[in-house]
Amino acid sequence: MNIQNMILTLQKHWSEQGCILMNAYDVEKGAGTMSPYTFLRAIGPEPWSVAYVEPSRRPADGRYGENPNRLYQHHQFQVIMKPSPDNIQELYLDSLRALGINPLEHDIRFVEDNWENPSLGCAGLGWEVWLDGMEITQFTYFQQVGGLECKPVSVEITYGIERLASYIQDKENVFDLEWTEGFTVRDIFGQPEYEHSKYTFETSDLDMLFQLFAMYEKEAHRQMEEGLVHPAYDYVLKCSHTFNLLDAKGAISVTERTGYIARCRNLARKVAKTFYEEREKLGFPILKVKGEQTNEQA
Amino acid sequence: MSKRDLLLEIGLEELPARFVTASMNQLSDKVQKWLTEKAIGFGTVEAFSTPRRLAILVKDVEESQKDIEEEAKGPAKKIALDSEGNWSKAALGFVRGQGMTSEDIYFKELKGVEYVHVNKFIKGQPTVQLLSELEDIISGMTFPKNMRWADQELRFVRPIKWLIALFGQDVVPFSIAEVQTGRETNGHRFLGEKAIIDKPAQYEEALAEQSVMADPDKRRQVILNQIRGLEQEKGWIIPVDESLLEEVNNLLEYPTVLYGQFEEEFLELPAEVLITSMKEHQRYFPVKDQAGKLLPFFVTVRNGDAKHLDKVSKGNEKVLRARLSDAAFFYKEDQKREISDALKKLDSIVYHEEIGTLAEKTSRVKAVAGKLADLLHLGEKEKEMCLRAAEIAKFDLVSHMVYEFPELQGYMGEKYALLKGEAKEVAAAINEHYMPRHADDDVPPSVIGAVVSLAEKIDTLASFFAIGVIPTGSQDPYALRRQASGVVQILAEKKWNISLEELIVLGLKGLEAKNILKRDLAEVEADMFTFFKARIKHLLQEEQIRYDMIDAVLFGEIGSIHSIVERAHVLDAKKEEAGFKESMEALSRVMNIAGKCEEKVTVDPNAFENDQEIALYEKYQQAARQYTKSQSEAERFELLISLQREIEAYFENTMVMAEDEALRTNRLSLMKDISDWVASFAAMNKIIL
Repeated sequence: MNIQNMILTLQKHWSEQGCILMNAYDVEKGAGTMSPYTFLRAIGPEPWSVAYVEPSRRPADGRYGENPNRLYQHHQFQVIMKPSPDNIQELYLDSLRALGINPLEHDIRFVEDNWENPSLGCAGLGWEVWLDGMEITQFTYFQQVGGLECKPVSVEITYGIERLASYIQDKENVFDLEWTEGFTVRDIFGQPEYEHSKYTFETSDLDMLFQLFAMYEKEAHRQMEEGLVHPAYDYVLKCSHTFNLLDAKGAISVTERTGYIARCRNLARKVAKTFYEEREKLGFPILKVKGEQTNEQA
Repeated sequence: MSKRDLLLEIGLEELPARFVTASMNQLSDKVQKWLTEKAIGFGTVEAFSTPRRLAILVKDVEESQKDIEEEAKGPAKKIALDSEGNWSKAALGFVRGQGMTSEDIYFKELKGVEYVHVNKFIKGQPTVQLLSELEDIISGMTFPKNMRWADQELRFVRPIKWLIALFGQDVVPFSIAEVQTGRETNGHRFLGEKAIIDKPAQYEEALAEQSVMADPDKRRQVILNQIRGLEQEKGWIIPVDESLLEEVNNLLEYPTVLYGQFEEEFLELPAEVLITSMKEHQRYFPVKDQAGKLLPFFVTVRNGDAKHLDKVSKGNEKVLRARLSDAAFFYKEDQKREISDALKKLDSIVYHEEIGTLAEKTSRVKAVAGKLADLLHLGEKEKEMCLRAAEIAKFDLVSHMVYEFPELQGYMGEKYALLKGEAKEVAAAINEHYMPRHADDDVPPSVIGAVVSLAEKIDTLASFFAIGVIPTGSQDPYALRRQASGVVQILAEKKWNISLEELIVLGLKGLEAKNILKRDLAEVEADMFTFFKARIKHLLQEEQIRYDMIDAVLFGEIGSIHSIVERAHVLDAKKEEAGFKESMEALSRVMNIAGKCEEKVTVDPNAFENDQEIALYEKYQQAARQYTKSQSEAERFELLISLQREIEAYFENTMVMAEDEALRTNRLSLMKDISDWVASFAAMNKIIL
């Protein structure tokens, strides 16, 4: 099964489970969790189920397109369901079956893996899912987001698309994966992988990046004061990506690193808190809509 | 009394493997404790666990609590009856409180006084009425890490999926987090189906039919047997690490052992790298040949049956191949970097914000190692090697391999140092300087390794104490206790006569200049001294030395830790010997009376009045001279107790607290001399006889 069909299969599967199908959020980020569709929507009492593909940038993992296992940008298929459904593990295993993975022919395990993202003030408990010894999915019950307790709890399922595809297509090199008939990952991402790696490690302008970080940070604070959570959060994401670029180039010493992470975390916490307050002011509208639907059914 | 079996099963989403066994035992203990407290008799108990379930089967649980019959004592007769012989308020209140009437009262004498008594009889309640309390037992379970799920308030180790509570054939009804108890369990996730449990005793078998081996011991044995079978079939040796087996066992419900292979060229990697990749990251068992050499195979255990094993094996091989390719790449890349370049990178690695960089630490450790080498009178060549080892001890921390496998620090340092042409003693010391790595680990085998290890540890302790980071209670984030215990172990086992006081000063030197010393020097010294003393005490306690012997050797200055430990051993060995008590009494007597010495003078033998005084004085002089020349603490102990007879004779004939002041002072001064001498070994008067 090529990557395009994998994505279509997962979209169909999770759409049938009531997830809103979304597209990738258009600001650079290191993981699907950082999309506002996850980070912000996991906050507060409003129900939320969503699935989307997130291109995730990890500047430090860039290898000029030469390493068979590492990418500057890989793809995650992200599912969020709040509150976490009782049969979520079954739903997940059904998604693997839909991808043609018959559990009776493999060894599938749920191995403890607790997830933490200190720069976003997030923590969760769950597993990494092993398929014949390979980690293919991160499965997490969010306990805290942006420093706020999650109530109700969201479950997050993150499939590593390329990882899973290399298993399904039995390829040793990620660039040989078929995206769709006639197109490999190399055809589509080979050149950008090389150029972004070169940019990250060689040609990026450190002074400019440091300046950008400071500007983005300032703007995030300013917009938060206006109560504009989403613009503010976009700037938090920009801070985070800029920090990753600086860090990948070794421009940030170990001590400074802690400081930068703390600055990102403070922003994220403030955004989380403001988001909650703004939703509360609006009377948690999704909760209301869902409540009315349930009443009508009753 | 009729009896029924009781079954409790908690069905869960996959428990963390490291919690499974302890959680099973907790459930079992809690249920048994509850039955005992409720006075409900029960027979044998079996506990079960897999990643998806914790269960307990209690056989022959009695149908009702035991009746309780007990005598209750009330007020004294004179209070219980008023002047007219009627029951007083006190008496009536007492019987009401016991649920009885005044007709049940009888008197009984206790120590010559008559008291009101009643015979209480409490009828045991039917067990079935109490069983709903099992709900609290389950929801009251504790785990190292808890979570919430959906919109439940309960915090539990993982979401609860189903509950079985059966008393005989009846379901005990209760619910936890909206899960209602029943009699339906779930089999293996892929090989099994749901199963109905009619009677508790059918539990294990019903699950076995659904491909779940619920008994963890039996499951473990199945894994072991399959591994042994594979060994025989292939002529391999498969070393089974107990903790890995325990973890693997708790990751599955139906085990099937299989093996896979990897490319022979990966065997060129250091063995520890291969083993760590297999064990830590993939939970595989490495495979060796009969000579103990690693083979390009691995053994893993699948949670499933023997069908399609080829596919599973191929998948696992792919994963390991990717990991080993990474490791091989790191190994190659790391070798391209010279040690000197790696050391330069330590400049930019902050060890601790207030303590400075790794490069700064390295230079301090090097200085301390040099001084230690001098104290130990090491030869020029050995000292040079100590300095070099200290200088490059941390260079592997900037290697790709250690970044990827932090547990290989030191080990990779040794490998890379050898490849870069360092002397093999220096290379070995890089690895050894982390030893002892844990409580059961050995101390560094080589002198150079031990010197660098000591220098590194004392610098770590001094730096953290200097900035005020001192472990308290359970707070010891930098594992400083482990470091200090390491120092104690090394000094004790190497039998090095370096005094603790000297070592502390050595560690703190150099910190002041670097502005790391943030507190009063004397205070830091005192804190470190107390801290070390507690570690020595801990070590001796571990060795089962009696606490008063420990107090006796730790009473004054510490000096050489090795001597302290040896003295404690001598005292411990001698304590059962004939005459021990008498000799200790004699020495204690001297020490106790010496406490009265207010003004110490040089003892004047001409002022002695009797022969016993002279005899004691001469014996002491002679023994003390030999004492300083003596090489062993056992010998020194013998010298101390050789004074016993003279001391006894002395006290029989001498009045120490004489009227005459000059005479008294002279006598007390002799007592003080002897007492100080004895105390330099141990405070013998602290020993309980």
